[in-house]
Amino acid sequence: MATHLNATPPPDAAPPSRGPATPGRTVNFKVRRCDGPGKPGRWETFAVTVERGSNVISCLQQIAANPVTVEGTRTTPVVWDSGCLEEVCGACTMVINGKVRQSCSCLIDNYAPGEGDTITLEPMQKFPVVRDLWVDRSRMFSALRRLKTWVPIDGTYSQGAGPKETPDDQEIRYKLSECMTCGCCVDACPQFLLEPDPARWETSFVGAHAVSLARLFNEHPTGRTLAPHRLEVLSGHGGINDCGNAQNCVKVCPKHIPLTESIGQIGRAVTVHQIKKIFFARPDPHAAAKGPG
Amino acid sequence: MATDKRVIVVGGGLAGLAAAVRLAEAGTPVDMFSLVPVKRSHSVCAQGGINACNEVARQQGYSEYEHFDETVYGGDFLADQHPVLEMANWAPRIIDLLDRMGVPFNRTSEGYRDLRLFGGSLFKRTHFSGATTGQQLLYALDEQTRRYETEGKVSKYEFWEFLWPVVENNRVVGIVAQDLRTMQVRSFRAAAVVMATGGCGLVYGKSTNSIICTGAANSRAFQAGAWYGNPEMIQVHPTAIPGADKLRLMSESARGEGGRVWVPRKKGDARAAKDIPEAQRYYFLEERYPAYGNIVPRDIATREIFAVCVNDGMGVNGENSVYLDLTHKDPDYLTRKLGGILDIYQKFVGVDPRFEPMKIFPAVHYSMGGLWTTFTKGSYNPAGPIPKHKSGSPAPIGSAIGQGMQPGAPNNAMTNVEGLYAFGEANFGYHGANRLGANALLSCIFDGLFCGQSVQTYIKIADTSAAPQSLFDAVVRQEESKAAAFTSTVSKGQPTPENNPYQIHKELGVEMTAACTVVKSEPRLRQAQVKVDELRDRFARVQLGDAATWTNQTLAYTRAVGDMLVLADAIVKGSLQRKESRGAHYRTDHPDRNDAEFMKATVAKFNPADRSVSVGLMDIDASLIEPTARTYGKKP
Repeated sequence: MATHLNATPPPDAAPPSRGPATPGRTVNFKVRRCDGPGKPGRWETFAVTVERGSNVISCLQQIAANPVTVEGTRTTPVVWDSGCLEEVCGACTMVINGKVRQSCSCLIDNYAPGEGDTITLEPMQKFPVVRDLWVDRSRMFSALRRLKTWVPIDGTYSQGAGPKETPDDQEIRYKLSECMTCGCCVDACPQFLLEPDPARWETSFVGAHAVSLARLFNEHPTGRTLAPHRLEVLSGHGGINDCGNAQNCVKVCPKHIPLTESIGQIGRAVTVHQIKKIFFARPDPHAAAKGPG
Repeated sequence: MATDKRVIVVGGGLAGLAAAVRLAEAGTPVDMFSLVPVKRSHSVCAQGGINACNEVARQQGYSEYEHFDETVYGGDFLADQHPVLEMANWAPRIIDLLDRMGVPFNRTSEGYRDLRLFGGSLFKRTHFSGATTGQQLLYALDEQTRRYETEGKVSKYEFWEFLWPVVENNRVVGIVAQDLRTMQVRSFRAAAVVMATGGCGLVYGKSTNSIICTGAANSRAFQAGAWYGNPEMIQVHPTAIPGADKLRLMSESARGEGGRVWVPRKKGDARAAKDIPEAQRYYFLEERYPAYGNIVPRDIATREIFAVCVNDGMGVNGENSVYLDLTHKDPDYLTRKLGGILDIYQKFVGVDPRFEPMKIFPAVHYSMGGLWTTFTKGSYNPAGPIPKHKSGSPAPIGSAIGQGMQPGAPNNAMTNVEGLYAFGEANFGYHGANRLGANALLSCIFDGLFCGQSVQTYIKIADTSAAPQSLFDAVVRQEESKAAAFTSTVSKGQPTPENNPYQIHKELGVEMTAACTVVKSEPRLRQAQVKVDELRDRFARVQLGDAATWTNQTLAYTRAVGDMLVLADAIVKGSLQRKESRGAHYRTDHPDRNDAEFMKATVAKFNPADRSVSVGLMDIDASLIEPTARTYGKKP
């Protein structure tokens, strides 16, 4: 893979090795495969020669170029989802050695330092498999539509600057806004269950990522105008009460977003919202499907 | 102003989303096609920031006009100048809009938007959101698009791949696309089509780009008759982390925030960085460019790093790498301003750059070239080009609307194919021969908002509803038979390296990186042309390893490799044609800029009859600023 700028000799410059892991060793990838929805699953194992700096993606690329199993059987290339390869797009989430994470930032030297070590790759558990390691996460985006996680601006014509903000508030919002909808939090959540039927997403748990984004937009001075709608949704089926407080979400979040803090804050806001509803009952202007969102 | 005329936007990065929001707001239904959920588009990888004149800089003498001047000078006088002026004029409004959308821009202690220094400017005019500005901007526009999606004004086709435009009498009437899960190929009608399809880093194998940045969509538009401008203008970013699967960007903001580039003065000095005393460090950018220092534009920094490592053999430990050093800065300050990129370095290299200098090397990053587009000049038309603006002096003209490009003129950012637009990186405009850091996000959003208005005007006068269905069906059949031809190769036995699509792509990347990046020359480019021809020939016999009729990624990948080969051909031919050095394009056999012959755009055209690429020269709009030598005050 020597693709360096006219340099001779091509320095296959990988990051310096950190442990005893030796480049050129063979690592086995045991991959959970499935040809499509409703098709039976199977395991296939591939032997890959790893370089310094290899990650799961670079190994899957090698497998794709020459998909032959350790038994010597030629098979189809493994299908997986990926994008930026630097852990900002969220595409390449999968279950690696039993733990959900991004595959791009999964360095082989850390996971399989020895010759002949095995790494297990499985698709995320809480989403329908499209093929092999690629799953359909559209339910997550559906939750964002449901919660109206946006700032309802008037339009794109010039209206001057947005509201001023203290650096402290900016730091809180920036952290929350790093959520890349990767799905780790919900895959690890015992309350978030596989639900292939989109018709039932409206009443299924939205998940920590969505609760946290609701908090993000409730924090924004203009975004706050939709807070009653968001809290109303989060009071209902699939809302905040579905959280079982297992706290797995925050442990697996690759961006270290304070998800449990968001859940706690939204929980309190929902309580206040419900009390307000009892004492100051008035219709939620944003509850209608075609509200001014 | 609701209309039943639909617009197709191909690509859901910043440019595509900004266009969708603008059109949906005007009442036009938008069909948006994207290879990925739009929130995962490559714009997420942009790190450093977005440029705009701001009140603080203005009071120190900066202006929209100076931003314009810097951009033209930074691009080595190759860009059409009127569009650049309009983009700079619009920049402050774009920042305000993003601010209203809730982008968490970094703040000063008083709560105003913070600013940082960036390449090619002596003023702080870069707005930023940590070191993941692109991600934050993309998310803001993704959220606004989701809002219109919820209202039924935007329909998203995610995991759909654009395959071909449907063109009738040189006017686009729709597209053909494929669902990458079901593999269904179908046509879609539209009054206009916006290509917001990004760059082509994967032509070079490994680059800073996401794996979706193959340039295939642009290549298909090109093969269907759109012209491709300045293909040879490929930006090599000076600072990236080498890696096995990609070269990860280390933002220019690291230098904007005070990062210093150096190598040991003594060749082969094996000591650890921290053991090398200040006097024995060679800060070569600071020594060679006293005014700009580490924030010289990218092409210059890249060539200097390349010269130090490859020509002088002075790279760290004799390797092709130099130090990018932030360790003199307060670690907390670094976390606040650059946390995102420092985390990337730590995650992928295992070293904390707050305490140990990073080791970096240049990598292919951005395509200034792209689909050729036109525009209508605005009201600012001096009698002749005026001399280069003196930094900090009063601007010759203010920034009121309509001076650079005429707002709403239907041809702004339109390709030579009527109704087919190119926005963002896919558009060859604005950046000329070299893009300044933090101008990319700006050009994407500017295209979407400003030229989106032009699409809106165009569809009022364009009626494509009479285009016969047979035309669409023919393109569907063309694409279905192309796909069938690929998958039918699976049964032809074991693939060999000779016809393996992954191998062909790998060889293409190695060759293009070696011949067509920092340093080019006629003999080496001729050699690359032979290699590209060989690969195109081998690709005609390509053999796949998967005949699946469901979610066949191998098919999509292989098809893109074929399209990358065509783009590579244009890049090599453009590089051969331009017998001069300008911006990112440096020819050792023609080391000087030659304005008399080459202050022109190279324009590539595709001949479908024999599938050949030809390149010619076309005049540019240089009517506002006189060209000057682009030295950035380099010491002789």
